[in-house]
Amino acid sequence: MKKFSYTITNAVGIHARPAALLVETVRKLSSSVTIRKGDQTAAANRMMALMLLGVAQGDQITVTLEGPEEERDAVLLEDFFRANL
Amino acid sequence: MELITGRPIAPGVAAGPIHILRQDAPQSDSGPSPTTPQKELDRFHLACRQAAEELAGMESAAQTQAGQTGTDLLHIHAMLLEDPDFLETSEELIRNGATAQEGVMEAGQRFADAFSAMDDPYLQARAADITGLAQHVSDRITGRRDAPLPAVPVLLAADSLSPAQLLGWGRERLLGLVLTHCAPSSHTAILARAMELPTVQVSALEEHWQGRQAVLDGSAGQLRLDPDAALLSQARHSEDNAQELRQPSQCPAVTLDGRNVALLANIGHPEEAGRALARGAEGIGLFRSEFLFLDRDCCPTEEEQFLLYRQVVQAMEGCRVVIRTLDAGADKPLPYLDLPREENPALGCRGIRLSLAQPGLFRPQLRAILRAAAFGPVSLMFPMVSALDEVIRGKTLLDECRRELAAEGVPMGPVELGIMIETPAAALIAGELAREVSFFSIGTNDLTQYALAADRQEAAAYDPHHPAVLALIGMAAEAAHRHGCRVALCGELGADLEMTEQLLRLGVDELSASPSALPGLRRHIRELDLR
Repeated sequence: MKKFSYTITNAVGIHARPAALLVETVRKLSSSVTIRKGDQTAAANRMMALMLLGVAQGDQITVTLEGPEEERDAVLLEDFFRANL
Repeated sequence: MELITGRPIAPGVAAGPIHILRQDAPQSDSGPSPTTPQKELDRFHLACRQAAEELAGMESAAQTQAGQTGTDLLHIHAMLLEDPDFLETSEELIRNGATAQEGVMEAGQRFADAFSAMDDPYLQARAADITGLAQHVSDRITGRRDAPLPAVPVLLAADSLSPAQLLGWGRERLLGLVLTHCAPSSHTAILARAMELPTVQVSALEEHWQGRQAVLDGSAGQLRLDPDAALLSQARHSEDNAQELRQPSQCPAVTLDGRNVALLANIGHPEEAGRALARGAEGIGLFRSEFLFLDRDCCPTEEEQFLLYRQVVQAMEGCRVVIRTLDAGADKPLPYLDLPREENPALGCRGIRLSLAQPGLFRPQLRAILRAAAFGPVSLMFPMVSALDEVIRGKTLLDECRRELAAEGVPMGPVELGIMIETPAAALIAGELAREVSFFSIGTNDLTQYALAADRQEAAAYDPHHPAVLALIGMAAEAAHRHGCRVALCGELGADLEMTEQLLRLGVDELSASPSALPGLRRHIRELDLR
């Protein structure tokens, strides 16, 4: 299990477009990924659930990965967040 | 003439016959009965596949009709269609006895309600996307189809339209849209704007509108039925202009005597980049960065700025983007800065002065611009320069940021440096300033105000054609050329066709104006002879 926290910088938060990109990115990873905001969690490959988390700019989320390549996947995912969110 | 007032959704004017959208009666209501949950599940899955195939088939239409916006929206809808929660909820309902159609519509409604209940208006607007999606699948199940549109392009009236429907018909069949349900941040609204389809939201559709001629004004939010000849001709005229503007201009802006003028666009938001290109802009001559800083309660981060600058740079596909650093002051409040009240904000700490006084604000902006320059040609200009010292200090800070980024191993690109000439002082010491930079961009609005000591709102004294203003422009241009600097002009005077010839004679090399002004400017320049 690998975790990292991230604070959203994107002005509109995790809205449709970044959610779509995130889901696509997560699909390519072998890890299963969940995103937690406060006490709500969503699987990162579920676009509606992601959007319904209502993650806005300034929110801190915790990203949890589980899988044989979780270290590598965590790095990839963190880069993705920095570049898009 | 009958006037119907509604809510503006997408700007522009269109004239034509109103057509109310109908559906063909469905071929089959719910399939052969009796049915079983398994049969209904199969019908549901088949319909989802068909809907997905249709969306996939619209990719090139999306690109042609609405560029990147269209492609992105289509992509989002395709992904929502595959969403496990949506599929699982529908399947569970079907296993528990609902028909395929009932299942998908109920699932759609549940998710739509969940989105409607969110605080964020953007997310609330997604509810319409979900119901639209459910409707799309439902229509594949029942075989319900839209009745074909008339052979002539129409102003389409409907309760709501999905992005797929819009893209399917395109600008070839649609002149404009009249909808009862269309939230401004819905994907349909976003698409209508990207497709430049004037759109108005009205409270109700009336049967008696069918077939009647009308003028739709998407900017004013008005629909006028049975327009008189004058209104009709006015509308046709602005429609023709808009039509012409959609053809990207290929002809170079060269005068009859062979003088080349670069034509770029002024924009205030990344989303305008596409329109700038469509209007023939050869780059962005002024990207106003203020929108990133205003109307918010915290400072934009370097990362946020970088993403937005990069967005414009990439959208401009290899054409130059000139980013003006923050031009704000006490008159444009930045609440997170705690600026002291000034008697005279227009003459106070603003533009480059403010940036130099607030390095915590300036550095992230400079760094973000340097980083965006890794993705395409970027230039940077300081606003409100009135002293050589300001330029030197700005350059020093820029170099420091470059060194920092290099040490951090962060990718960046070369950034050409320029300044705005918008104070009389800058024009008068232009020679000294020209030694420090690669280009000038003349901000005629502020230059005129400061030179004439007249507020833009004071119509009488504020005269942008005043010889003093022209003299200052001439002075700046001459000094610039003496030191090998390019002279651009990005103020409103650039779009003033009465002044183009004079500006070119004064030595202006490049004009940057609002995208809508560019085609007219291009045509006009080609008719000039400066001999």
